[in-house]
Amino acid sequence: MRIVIDQVGKQYAGPDGSPVTALENISLTIEEEEFVVLVGPSGCGKSTLLNMVGGLLAPSSGRIVVEGLTEDRDPSVGMVFQEVGLFPWRTVVGNIGFGLEESKLSPAERQERIQRHIELVGLTGFENSFPHQLSGGMRQRAGIARTLAVQPDLLLMDEPFSALDAQTRTLMQEELLRIWEHHRLSTLYVTHNIQEAVYLADRVVVLSRRPGRVSSVLTIELPRRGRDGAQHLGRFNQYCEHIWGLIRKDAEEALREV
Amino acid sequence: MALFEREVKFRLAFMEKKAPRWAGPAGILIVLALWQLLCMTGWVSELYLPAPTSILATGWEMTTSGEIAINLKASLFRIGWGFAVGSLVGVLIGLATGFSRLLEAVGNPLIYSLYPVPKIALLPLIILWLGIGEVSKISIISLGVFFPVVINTYSGVKNVDPLLLKVAVSYRTSQLNIIRKVILPAALPVIFAGLKLAAGTSLLLLVAAEMIAAKEGIGAMVLHYGDLMLTTKLMVGVLVLALLGLLFNRVLEWVERRLIPWKSH
Repeated sequence: MRIVIDQVGKQYAGPDGSPVTALENISLTIEEEEFVVLVGPSGCGKSTLLNMVGGLLAPSSGRIVVEGLTEDRDPSVGMVFQEVGLFPWRTVVGNIGFGLEESKLSPAERQERIQRHIELVGLTGFENSFPHQLSGGMRQRAGIARTLAVQPDLLLMDEPFSALDAQTRTLMQEELLRIWEHHRLSTLYVTHNIQEAVYLADRVVVLSRRPGRVSSVLTIELPRRGRDGAQHLGRFNQYCEHIWGLIRKDAEEALREV
Repeated sequence: MALFEREVKFRLAFMEKKAPRWAGPAGILIVLALWQLLCMTGWVSELYLPAPTSILATGWEMTTSGEIAINLKASLFRIGWGFAVGSLVGVLIGLATGFSRLLEAVGNPLIYSLYPVPKIALLPLIILWLGIGEVSKISIISLGVFFPVVINTYSGVKNVDPLLLKVAVSYRTSQLNIIRKVILPAALPVIFAGLKLAAGTSLLLLVAAEMIAAKEGIGAMVLHYGDLMLTTKLMVGVLVLALLGLLFNRVLEWVERRLIPWKSH
């Protein structure tokens, strides 16, 4: 499965009615089993782009195509949101089962699928907890399980760990790679955290702001697992510093605006 | 030189101090005692203000004779049906106007222009249309219940977290299922606030309808004894209505806790 983003642009009506260009002429391909991370300063439109790929926003120009579908149907897109979006009235099992209710699985298969994903994300023992009884990290585990349980064609993640504390975030990044190895879905991941981008990505796409454009694409040539180990530290930091150099001026501008 | 030490005091202790459990009942008992005292001194005639003890004694007589049961049954039938029909229609229309932009544009001006009309003013008209029987009484109660429920349901739907809608759409959930599985549960707390408001309105309209045209019912009973200047029996009717209101509220709270277990009460 590939995602081809072809000359996509997005305009909003500004507060005075004049159009504001959020994204301009974005062309980007996410290859089969590729993990692409979008980074950029706040306000660069990275979440806008992700929402357009997920079909939650319409592009103003250009098109987004999913290639390599095995059947003639709309692609099933799995989305993980920053605020998770668990239904407060459903337990962990109910939330993970939500997407499966739209499928034609038998109740037994559904149960099996839910249980398998609860185990995959390490939520065993919390099946019947309501979201307000879970910690932030556990909520996002449930969110990831809910998304993967429907076996989507693509995976889109919108800053999934940025609401978590730094320690939980580090652990969840490791967890994500472990979980990701099970499905190896073509993935588009949005973050503003450069270390996170370098840690997770096959390729990092750097966006600039006003208007949002692709300013640079970097292939991270490090083994997927254990990038934060001592032997890779030099390379890892080089990537981070390079990306920070690309973003810094934009980020400073963003800071001065409202 | 002498050195001192002081333990840090918890300065918010006054906020966490609990009221004793007996405070509520004690308040009622004190008022009742003063009332009883006032009647026993003979300053106020029994005709104008009967003593709590004689109200209780008369109430017991009327309960054992079956008079209360007959009237209460008639009233519960009317308010039960009126509340059920009014709230069901209210929730359905509130969901529809909240979900569909077209129905919102058509329905809201109608609803908001009829809402402020006192429903009692419509009672003569409804009796004219539907006759003097049970249907007109149930209808007026339904009408009174409908408005707070429809308005609360509508605003509950409008305030559903957009993130949860995005989530549902990303799993290709159908529109009907989005209403059933996302919008309805998300709006439920606000719908219940509307139902509790409507409970008060329904009691008001029940009594009004029964005072205009009914042989049985607590409202008819109160009016009957008022005409006969039997104040003690009238007060028994008022007491029954107060207890009915209290019971209604408790039942709704119980159902609410059952239906909304995800909210920390």
